[in-house]
Amino acid sequence: MSHSLASEPAATAEVPYFPMDRAAGYPFDPPPPLRAAAEHNPVSRVRIWDGSTPWIITGHAEQKALLTDPRVSVNDRLPGFPHWHAAMREVSVHRSESVFNTDPPVHTRFRRMMTAPFTYRRVNGMREVVQQITDELIDQMLAGPKPADLVEALALPLPTLMISHILGVPYEDRDFFQHQASVGMKRDANREETMAAYRREADYLTGLVRLRAAEPRDDVLSDLAKRVNDGEITPAEAATMGQGLLIAGHETSANMIALATLALLEHPDQLAVLQQTDDPAVVAAAVEELLRYLTIIHMGQRRIAKEDIEIAGQTIRAGEGIIIELAAADRDPRAFPDPDVLDLRRPRPGHHAFGFGPHQCIGQQLARVELQVVYGTLYRRIPTLRLATTIDKVEFKQDGLAYGVYSLPVTW
Amino acid sequence: MEVVIDQERCIAAGQCVAAAPDVFDQRDEDGVVVLMKAFPGSADEEEGARQAAAVCPAQAIQVLG
Repeated sequence: MSHSLASEPAATAEVPYFPMDRAAGYPFDPPPPLRAAAEHNPVSRVRIWDGSTPWIITGHAEQKALLTDPRVSVNDRLPGFPHWHAAMREVSVHRSESVFNTDPPVHTRFRRMMTAPFTYRRVNGMREVVQQITDELIDQMLAGPKPADLVEALALPLPTLMISHILGVPYEDRDFFQHQASVGMKRDANREETMAAYRREADYLTGLVRLRAAEPRDDVLSDLAKRVNDGEITPAEAATMGQGLLIAGHETSANMIALATLALLEHPDQLAVLQQTDDPAVVAAAVEELLRYLTIIHMGQRRIAKEDIEIAGQTIRAGEGIIIELAAADRDPRAFPDPDVLDLRRPRPGHHAFGFGPHQCIGQQLARVELQVVYGTLYRRIPTLRLATTIDKVEFKQDGLAYGVYSLPVTW
Repeated sequence: MEVVIDQERCIAAGQCVAAAPDVFDQRDEDGVVVLMKAFPGSADEEEGARQAAAVCPAQAIQVLG
């Protein structure tokens, strides 16, 4: 083990604590120290909850290099892994092997069991369904009282309906699984609560896999159940995959719908771009720019070095933790000119909103279809859409694994 | 231009099909990349293939020439 005290910073007091809050009045921008780091110090250190000082990678090029480097691991059982919090460290030893904690080639095997429903052509084949659900949810909102909460009316139900349908998880159970998902994601998550929520959800998914094993349908859980029956994976591994897809599949898109709407309402000239187009290419470019600008996964992707790695004039030693903070890299001026400007006509930017490397988001094409349909529909159907409060009263998910708003009161 | 793919590295993100739907496809069973045209025929297809190689998260696509 080459981890040595010499590679530790001289005084941890000089090392900023992570995660850090965003600047007051700038809810769409990463915290100022991270934005500065992306430009001037793309490979630096932070101090985290357990007192350790892992590396934090904020530069776009440096992230791309490390996220594709086979010397960088997601194995969260290795000592020195920079966990999100104490509860996650505890949960990590109980989680079965999955795409979330293995590297290729083991990771490749798991990943390929999950990818079939999320191919570009499969999800684009669901575009009409997404459009129909979106239209119905907007109809219901328009028929209901003003103001309405856009999160409850559209942002959360649309992706939840879609992922429930694809997985084969009963939509009626949404209050249960949405709550379980939110408990373990908090920055200050309590260890017992997180463990209990994790177990309840794992039990729930295991039960559903068992049901589908007996009576298969055309959904992901039935496919996983078949793999269990064939001895390809264990019931626990099937439940872990289902759980991951369920959590990742609804909260993320929901946040992107509500947060982007708020950002657009604050940038009327950009909102006008979407209100005035029916060109799918313009809408698709707008989605990519909003993904870049908002990059809602803001807690940092966690990794650990398996060997010494030289990068950007620094040496990351084997056994040292690495935090890849995606939002900062998507504001890296070396990668994006005028990175803090929301410009829906920006050329396709190659952002890291879905991560990069072998662990890049499995559901990204589904997310794109959902966001393209919503951004291409909502602002054209309700051109008078506006905030029914002021932005300083909006409560942001500062401490969530995914950034967003808890509610968004809108009127028209 | 010649396009070369590495199915072993592919993680089925689907970005190549989005960038160049006439050059790339994905296998139904697991989404792994399939090459439909090793030699893209038009400037649009070549540009799409270049874009695909640039955004592929698994770096499983190479464009030669």
